Amino acid sequence: MRLAAPAKVSPAKTEQIILFRVSGQMFAISSASVQEVRSADSMSGAAVEISAPGLRKVRHVLRRGDRSLFIVNGAMHFGLHVAEGTLLFVLRKTRTALLIDGIEKMATMTRLQALPLSFCHEERQWYRGLTALDQTVVPVVHPEGFLSPEELALLDEALLQADKTVTQDLEGTDSAQ
Amino acid sequence: MTVATELELQSFVLLRLSERRFAVSANQIAELVAPSRVFRFPHRTPKLEGVILRRGRIVPVCDVSEMLLGKRLTSRRFYLIALRNYGKQKEWVAMPVTGECELINAEMIAAVESDAPHVAGWLSHDGDVIEVLNLDALTPGPERLLAEGATSQRPEARP
Repeated sequence: MRLAAPAKVSPAKTEQIILFRVSGQMFAISSASVQEVRSADSMSGAAVEISAPGLRKVRHVLRRGDRSLFIVNGAMHFGLHVAEGTLLFVLRKTRTALLIDGIEKMATMTRLQALPLSFCHEERQWYRGLTALDQTVVPVVHPEGFLSPEELALLDEALLQADKTVTQDLEGTDSAQ
Repeated sequence: MTVATELELQSFVLLRLSERRFAVSANQIAELVAPSRVFRFPHRTPKLEGVILRRGRIVPVCDVSEMLLGKRLTSRRFYLIALRNYGKQKEWVAMPVTGECELINAEMIAAVESDAPHVAGWLSHDGDVIEVLNLDALTPGPERLLAEGATSQRPEARP
């Protein structure tokens, strides 16, 4: 009698995540989405102020060659009590650098549950879903959910205006000299 | 009792919110559980408090008392976990309730146009006239978001 071939057990799909805090609240992000982790202080010299109407969560922009990274204050984005962020996550494949309070730890996520359909407002853009870790539920953020295409258009416009002002100021200085 | 009248009887779960009783069709009820830790995180959907962990599932907690009573519950003894329809999909929703629930058989009188959207019908039990709840209209979901339309204001985030 031939025995049936043992069924192949595929290993559970896991994902490395970084647990981080914003204004006392814990969130998770896929570690693959984080390109760099920087101290906010180390970036303060390189960041330029920006002001887009109705978009208080972005106050600074980082120029990297021809790329602009908008620094999103995590607390303001989530509507939490605003605190001074100490760390920046530069998010891969986005134009976002996220200002957070600190990293809690790294962990392995074995299951990501879709956000229940009862949650039907902006949070659907914010989160990829929820995960249960050590008997706690943590929202897993969507790296592209911090700035919508409309918000990016607003920021690009503000950036263009700021550049124009700088150019005009320089031209004014040159002609005065 | 004739066979015809027996067929009209349906099963309902009676739940208590403060001093009032409401009914939900029994086939929509999953279970009644003791309160457990509510995990809260930022979101902008009104009436949702957070989520609880139940049998490995993450279940949203929706306080319907404000809509039904005009005030929030001061004491909650259980969560009634019910199935909520989202089109073809069904998901669990936990509703805080004040007291124990009761299973009854009763005949429901269908709601009329003038009734509030959250009223699926009415039934008579123990000398009370009790609202049968339409959970799809009572708890938030994408279709409510569409109904709220452009007139609604952007709600505050609720951590």
